[in-house]
Amino acid sequence: MFETLSDRLQDVFQKLRGRGKLTEADVNAALREVRMALLEADVNFRVVRDFLKSLRERAIGAEVLESLTPGQQVVKIVHEELIRLLGEPAPLRLTGSPPHVIMLVGLQGSGKTTAAGKLALALRKQGQRCLLAAADIYRPAAIEQLETIGKQIDVPVHALGAKESPVRIAESAVERARQKRLSTVIIDTAGRLQIDEAMMEEIQEIAEAVSPQEVLLVADAMTGQEAVRVAQAFHERVPTTGLVLTKTDGDARGGAALSVRSVTGIPIRFMGSGEKIEPLEPFYPDRLASRILGMGDVLSLIERAEETIDAEQAADIEKKLRTATFTLEDFVEQLQQIKKMGSMGQILEMLPGMGQFMRNPAMAAALDEQQFARVEAMIYSMTPAERRNPGIIDGSRRRRIAAGSGTTPAEVNQLLHNFRQMQTVMKSLAKGKIPKNIMRMFG
Amino acid sequence: MESLVPAWLVPARSQSPTWKSPGSTRIAQHESTRVKRFKQLFGGTSLEESVEKSRGGAFSALRDLFRPGVKLDEDFWEELEDTFIMADVGPYLADELIERARESIAAARLEAAADAHGLVEELLVEQLPAQSDTLRRAEPLTVVLMVGVNGSGKTTMSAKLAHWLQEQGHSCMLAAADTFRAAAIDQLRVWAERVDVPLIAQQPGADPGAVVFDAVDSALARKASHLIVDTAGRLHTKSNLMDELRKVQRIAVSRVGADAIEALLVMDAITGQNVLNQARIFQDAVSLSGLIITKLDSTARGGSVFGIARELQLPIKFVGTGEQLNDMDEFDSTRFVRALLGEPATA
Ligand SMILES: Nc1nc2c(ncn2[C@@H]2O[C@H](COP(=O)(O)OP(=O)(O)OP(=O)(O)O)[C@@H](O)[C@H]2O)c(=O)[nH]1
Ligand SMILES: [Mg+2]
Repeated sequence: MFETLSDRLQDVFQKLRGRGKLTEADVNAALREVRMALLEADVNFRVVRDFLKSLRERAIGAEVLESLTPGQQVVKIVHEELIRLLGEPAPLRLTGSPPHVIMLVGLQGSGKTTAAGKLALALRKQGQRCLLAAADIYRPAAIEQLETIGKQIDVPVHALGAKESPVRIAESAVERARQKRLSTVIIDTAGRLQIDEAMMEEIQEIAEAVSPQEVLLVADAMTGQEAVRVAQAFHERVPTTGLVLTKTDGDARGGAALSVRSVTGIPIRFMGSGEKIEPLEPFYPDRLASRILGMGDVLSLIERAEETIDAEQAADIEKKLRTATFTLEDFVEQLQQIKKMGSMGQILEMLPGMGQFMRNPAMAAALDEQQFARVEAMIYSMTPAERRNPGIIDGSRRRRIAAGSGTTPAEVNQLLHNFRQMQTVMKSLAKGKIPKNIMRMFG
Repeated sequence: MESLVPAWLVPARSQSPTWKSPGSTRIAQHESTRVKRFKQLFGGTSLEESVEKSRGGAFSALRDLFRPGVKLDEDFWEELEDTFIMADVGPYLADELIERARESIAAARLEAAADAHGLVEELLVEQLPAQSDTLRRAEPLTVVLMVGVNGSGKTTMSAKLAHWLQEQGHSCMLAAADTFRAAAIDQLRVWAERVDVPLIAQQPGADPGAVVFDAVDSALARKASHLIVDTAGRLHTKSNLMDELRKVQRIAVSRVGADAIEALLVMDAITGQNVLNQARIFQDAVSLSGLIITKLDSTARGGSVFGIARELQLPIKFVGTGEQLNDMDEFDSTRFVRALLGEPATA
């Protein structure tokens, strides 16, 4: 589960140590790993195929052949290519005289209504005066949902109930914005399937009626292979102008974004994360590329830590993890906060090279949620000196800790053993043995 | 701008819904002249045109992978693998299934794709857990917890299940345990009125555990047979929200006992490989008893459930096939597999 592409490529290229030379078969094996990684990330298989074609040329080029670390070199190239394909972040093009019109379209449940609120908030923070238009007359209480969000963020909502047609709602919203001299109208449309002919005509009609400057396709980061056909069909109907990738606070790798970008050419405009109405976030190609590769990304580790822990503490953990001075004492101090951020596994997985470490069965077991409480109890039963320097824990200390935490000396032993292993991996991380190239890529 | 040749897109067969359901199209007025003018202005093409365009594309062969005359050669296997991957089965499982299909087909000494159809279908059906009872029936009350990530279709499916149970003569109640999302309670209230079942709800922001506690009381008092609890969508990565769900489950268990709980993970058919993580963590939190796949009226095949079925042995209980109350079905693995392999979904 935690096996990352760089780990797997490491394995592929490890086999040729001593032989020295890359063969066609080696390249194929490496490309196969890249293919599997991208497919696991939900990149569409046709997109993957084309990607590999362009990758092959670079993979058999001098930069890999002459590298001492061909595995890392391939990861680096893949990462670069992904960044290139994902494209640059592009700001909204709201030109011409106001009111500008932005329409949100997408499948059911993709997160349009929440995204509409977040977009309104982002624009308001830039000094725009927005109006939200409730054009989803089909889903029960969709209008109320937008009205509630509007109240939360103090942005007016144009709603005419569920009896008026969506086209009429959109038109009158623009009219109202014009009269009230508002700058931007954001139209929240109903979710629809791209094969629902009548519903696809409806968005076409809305677009025709209000000539939006931007039609944003809202897609869930968890979307699988179908993303391409959905995006293509919407794009053919209303020319979409950008993608909003939602629910990126989960652990989906988000390959759908690459698929959509590849088949439609539209830029990825924003990322949505979290259920609370906060401004939509900008899109960073390098981060999304790392995420798709499942390689982990120290940047987002720090960011997520910041949400729950304060920045100073986060930087501290990150530094300790990197420099391998992370002690049992730090461990116990951070347990609560780390738990708040999600499971341990996820946090560690975000660090490059950690795949190897996570695959260690002993470690995986210790990180299991259920055993977590026992681990916590054991560490709490140690003295500060023991936590700082577990080396001093001898037989009698072990018994004391076990008695204090309601565990057994064997379990205490196991914990110490696991912790030593964890430190070993961290040391190699700190020395840059495994992921040096990767670390640099984030630097 | 970087764009791949889209000739392979929108292949004819995949543009049909996976699971047809009775009369669920929403009504919208349209004037084709306006549409035409729009196309002139914006140069858009219609879906039919694009389907037409792609008919001759490389992809169209997939449509009838098992048609007469096709040999079981490398091209066939590659296309079958593509079919699996396109259906979100996932690359590793697809690999493995192809290996196994090859073995059983070699053992049966088959040469024509048309003859292999049955074997492949069987292999896929075998991967899914045996069909179980659709819903537990415990005395005096069964509590059905609807859980899943945001937007997967929990609320709509709660209403559909209530309707389905009622049609079977059971007495059902709904509990609005999504007290977080804006207007979530209103949404369920509309459904409760349409289905005509009692709804137990508190204020937005109320403790979902308390809602469930109360709802169980009311359901017991009114001698309802099933209480369907619509919980808030949550990403499995949010441990505080998962803890909240654990608490809801524990409260339900403490009131009616673990055997009377049906905890169903509601997943959108379009979800890719992330669904396995979701299932693992929801399983850990509330001991799932089954899965529901929604939006099978889309073009998505829902193949990512194979990974879940394999690892967690969770039976798939129902499918959602649209936005209206009747747009649902009991799960049928043969029908599901046929749709995945590109057969017309006939019951
Ligand atoms: N086409 C189709 N749409 C569906 C299906 N089931 C649900 N939907 C739609 O998907 C959207 C989300 O459904 P909900 O039932 O609100 O999903 P939810 O899981 O309760 O969402 P949250 O509570 O916000 O997490 C709505 O627009 C539904 O109408 C289905 O089987 N097919
Ligand atoms: Mg809901």
